[in-house]
Amino acid sequence: MSAVTTDRSAAPVLQLDNVGFSYGNVHALRDVSINVRQGEVTCVLGDNGAGKSTLIKIIAGLHDYTDGAMKLDGVECRFASPRAAQAGGIATVYQDLALAPLMSVWRNFFLGNELRKGPLRTLDIARMKRICDEELTKMGVVIPDLDRPVGGLSGGQRQCIAIARAIYFGARVIILDEPTAALGVKQSSVVLRYIVKARDAGLGVIFITHNPHHAYLVGNHFVILKLGRVVLDAHRDALTLEQLTREMAGGQELEELSHELSGVDPGRVAAPAEVAPGHVESPVLNPDELAAIEREEEEEQTA
Amino acid sequence: MTAAAIEPSRGEAARDDRVAHRPLAARLLSRPEVGSLIGAIVIFALFMAVAPPFRNVANVGTILYGASTIGIMAVPVALLMIGGEFDLSAGVAVTTSGLSASLLAWNFGLNVWVGILLALVVSVAVGAFNGWLLFKTGLPSFLVTLATFFILQGVNLGVTRLLTGNVATADITDMDGFHSAHTMFGSEVTVGPVTLKITVLYWVVLTLVAAYVLLRTRVGNWIFAVGGDAAAARAVGVPVKATKIGLFMAVGFCAWLSGMHLLFQFNTVQSGEGVGKEFIFIIAAVIGGCLLTGGYGSVVGASIGALIFGMTQLGINYAGWNPDWFKTFLGVMLLLATIVNVYVKKKADLR
Repeated sequence: MSAVTTDRSAAPVLQLDNVGFSYGNVHALRDVSINVRQGEVTCVLGDNGAGKSTLIKIIAGLHDYTDGAMKLDGVECRFASPRAAQAGGIATVYQDLALAPLMSVWRNFFLGNELRKGPLRTLDIARMKRICDEELTKMGVVIPDLDRPVGGLSGGQRQCIAIARAIYFGARVIILDEPTAALGVKQSSVVLRYIVKARDAGLGVIFITHNPHHAYLVGNHFVILKLGRVVLDAHRDALTLEQLTREMAGGQELEELSHELSGVDPGRVAAPAEVAPGHVESPVLNPDELAAIEREEEEEQTA
Repeated sequence: MTAAAIEPSRGEAARDDRVAHRPLAARLLSRPEVGSLIGAIVIFALFMAVAPPFRNVANVGTILYGASTIGIMAVPVALLMIGGEFDLSAGVAVTTSGLSASLLAWNFGLNVWVGILLALVVSVAVGAFNGWLLFKTGLPSFLVTLATFFILQGVNLGVTRLLTGNVATADITDMDGFHSAHTMFGSEVTVGPVTLKITVLYWVVLTLVAAYVLLRTRVGNWIFAVGGDAAAARAVGVPVKATKIGLFMAVGFCAWLSGMHLLFQFNTVQSGEGVGKEFIFIIAAVIGGCLLTGGYGSVVGASIGALIFGMTQLGINYAGWNPDWFKTFLGVMLLLATIVNVYVKKKADLR
């Protein structure tokens, strides 16, 4: 357990008050209120299409919200671009990592934050390579040649580069979008430890995930999104892993699902048969389910 | 994880060990210029063998002049391609620039230098317009600049005929400021047996400056990034629009330089000139290792591509071959250089 006790009276660095995002007649987010404090890990959980990606795009300055208010240090703000969000001290690790595949490791690491020296403002390549190497070594990532393009590296290595970059430059708040989704057990553990390190250093961490086990290992505060709304907002004290997992799995919905699937006879082995095209029967979906699936897909398109 | 506790000095030592794993030769071979360099050496050797006048040192100036007129444009076109965009209007933009300077100076009775400055404004504005249109419409630059290509082509002919009743501009030799401008854009220097046009100097300087900007400055990093993945670049705070519009304006600037040479070399500009040149610039850049999809390439490579053009153009003449085959020869060169680029890069990256 964490030895750091959270001062819940501390003013949040980032505050979302009933923030909404709509385009056309689709409401991707509605009435989302979240408080992010420095020195805390705020976990945002949700199924595909719950609006997690839309939420971080708003905080990171890629989308502008359409309702409510976002406050940085208590002052209402709208980020015109990711650069503006970065200037406000918010760094983001996107799910697609935002790395240019043909550029070398160190060029990607310092992209947008290049170090320069001398009267000609030349790139300080030696220093950038050294820092990049140090930061990656700290994460346990060994890349033999920092001049290699990142496109040729493994998913885990790329993930680590993106995280190391955000932690290195993230001044106050760091957003991690599904950082463990593509990783193995070992690398996930490194990433989770990094989240703790970032918290201990005093950063506010927003950890987006759909894995309640990972979230519960490091989170101070949990927010579950479903279909663009906050359905749970609880502090760690008020929640057990079982409750979180159940809430995340859909709670009541899971019960409904088990009821619906009760007739499937999961242990049954069917007789082998060659199936002619179009001869697998489709499951019967009720109109509610169809509407929910359609919504999820719309959500994913916005994200 | 014990790695977090590693002191920096150990990380440093570990890095040095690991760098050694990739041999120098492999790293050199994975440079984007490699295909063009091999091509240039082969072409050079070929014409040295079959074309006696090619061996004459006095002809170096002529070959470099041919290369420089293409190189001055191939350099910014390569930067633009690395930044992920095309400019099909680059060829006729050169003519537009020459015409602007000549027509403005002649028709308003201005000093030639005023015409030159106005042409600079026109050229850079055409580049900025291309970039602005790209973001305004969201269309691919191939289409946007194809439109500009046709628009400029028509304007070149139409305006020239309207103002002069002719398809070429009037001779400006006797106008104020002509001689100093001619020195600036059309003079030549004799070094021993070699006579070098001033365009060769501009070409070399442009190549060096552009290579420096691309590899050693922040803007260069941004150029690679906006061409490699514009969305990723934007997400980490790179000003994508400004970078791309700036690249189009750089093409405009070089079109002006090229156009001024055209004007002061011949004292008059044919309004129909420049069509088809845009592809030659793009081909030089591609031979030099630029990817059509952006995010990868080299300025030095593009200049070597231009040199290949210069050598081939004259080499065919010197060898006494029928110049009708020049284009066929180029097509084969383009194909070979690109195949070598891809092949060598794959080999080098595997090591």
